[in-house]
Amino acid sequence: MAENNVVTFLPVLPNGELVGSAAGLLGAAGRLGSPVAVIVAAPGQGQAAAAAAGTFGAQRVYLAETPQTQSVLTAPALEAVAAAVGATGAEAVLVPNDVDGRDIAGRLAVRLPAAVAADAVGIARDAEGNVVHHSVYGSAYTTESAPTHGTLIVTLREGAVDERAQAAEPTVETLEVPEAGSAAAEITGFSENLQASTRPDLRSAATVVSGGRGLGSAEGFALAEQLADELGGGLGASRAAVDAGYAPNSYQVGQTGVTVSADLYIALGISGAVQHQAGMQSAKTIVAINKDPEAPIFDIADFGIVGDAFDVVPQLITRLKERAGGGS
Amino acid sequence: MKIAVLVKEVPDSYGERKLDTTTGLADRGASDRVIDEITARAVEAAVSYADSAQDAEVVLVTMGPESAESMLRKTLAMGADSACHISDEALTGADLGLSAEVLAAALRRIGFDLVIAGDVSSDGTGGLLPTMLAQRLGVAHLTSLDSAQISETEVSGERGTYGGTVSLRADLPAVVSVTERMPDPRFPGFKGIMSAKKKPLETLTAADLGVDAQADVPRSIMLSVTQAPARTAGTKVTDEGEAGTQLADYLAEKRLV
Repeated sequence: MAENNVVTFLPVLPNGELVGSAAGLLGAAGRLGSPVAVIVAAPGQGQAAAAAAGTFGAQRVYLAETPQTQSVLTAPALEAVAAAVGATGAEAVLVPNDVDGRDIAGRLAVRLPAAVAADAVGIARDAEGNVVHHSVYGSAYTTESAPTHGTLIVTLREGAVDERAQAAEPTVETLEVPEAGSAAAEITGFSENLQASTRPDLRSAATVVSGGRGLGSAEGFALAEQLADELGGGLGASRAAVDAGYAPNSYQVGQTGVTVSADLYIALGISGAVQHQAGMQSAKTIVAINKDPEAPIFDIADFGIVGDAFDVVPQLITRLKERAGGGS
Repeated sequence: MKIAVLVKEVPDSYGERKLDTTTGLADRGASDRVIDEITARAVEAAVSYADSAQDAEVVLVTMGPESAESMLRKTLAMGADSACHISDEALTGADLGLSAEVLAAALRRIGFDLVIAGDVSSDGTGGLLPTMLAQRLGVAHLTSLDSAQISETEVSGERGTYGGTVSLRADLPAVVSVTERMPDPRFPGFKGIMSAKKKPLETLTAADLGVDAQADVPRSIMLSVTQAPARTAGTKVTDEGEAGTQLADYLAEKRLV
């Protein structure tokens, strides 16, 4: 059987850990062929990340360690991915649909040249080749796309692929990152986000609790935090809550903001404007609590409660604890 | 200093947007056509720099159907100097690769020191075009900027990344894309609206730009379009003091907690 190499780019956090999208990328790659990981890390951080890629199913890892990853935008990763594509003759390249992934995909697509499929929610292989699934207009439509020929580049929506590849013992090959082949921006500084929390990443969390304007204040928003932590879920917010200063920008769920792919989405005090729905309506189960019985969120909620979240949520938490403590 | 701003006409995302399930194209009659809000912010970034700079010229560039011309006229009223509209039936349904080829050719023809775009469009949600243009034009990209500082010779800004914020800079020429964290677009005044009517607006075809839409290069093609079944409302209860408990039982029953 011919070996279909599928190159995935796995971003690395400042602390050297792989970003949460890695498991889904390698899972999707495993569906198409043999998963090959590309990791570009600061010196000394690569081996641990490469080993982690193995646990997510990478058969082979191309590893580049370079301080340039902290000083030059995109170019080191682009050169590493291009080198891995050249070395493996990859038929597909998967990158996460995040800012760095998009930059790599855009430049690589022009450079090869290759067809690029953006914001995919799934990939399959049929007799004709690779078929990419998209969810568009805020999940109102699903579309399928395919390349006419050549290598396919895909930006994969984070959290969209549930499939996981079997853990492997990868062969690790070291890449020397060549000088950037084109003009690149300089990274002049990095400030760590002090609000980094232990909560799961919003994009890929199985459970997401979001708070809206209806929570009334930044103090009120703590109710959403409390429930998210109780459920071990990610924490999100509507644009109205972000604009009102209840929550930071990075929490925003919606068309401008994060698209979640949760099994359970709980909306507290969110009316559910179309823009918000675009970011969450593909959640498998939607629960809404809102005082306004006419709120549009109820039109798409599997379980809607017309009521005050400040009454309902504490009772919900108490009952969940009872159930957990009941040993049943 | 010449700043080219990429603007885009999109279906109004506050209304219902439709795709034609036969052609796979946007059903343009189904919803209002508006300027993509994120690209209006890109225009704001350009005109607010031009307001404070000597000899700064702002050119709007779009690729889109005939209807996009009125969007360009309206947007010129924000203070841009001229507009370029690439409109060609042969470009209907163009994929990202073809769009980038066309827009890069237009930008070369117009000339630029800085290109400003929105980071992700509300209809395509790709977020790839600005970087594809930078690669085609051989210049640096600074994408998804939450803030931007422009000078005669360089552009800098900040963007969110995993675990924090990075600061970026590049010498001009460069391609920049901005996020919705950038300042709100201004409302054009009466004077702006009147003067916009007389501003130069050039219309170009793919052939004018030397682009062959049928060239045998790798393309992404759409195979199928299906309308997702509409989500329907499930159980809806009014809290009479027991709803929290009911919800806990519902979640437990569905094995969601």
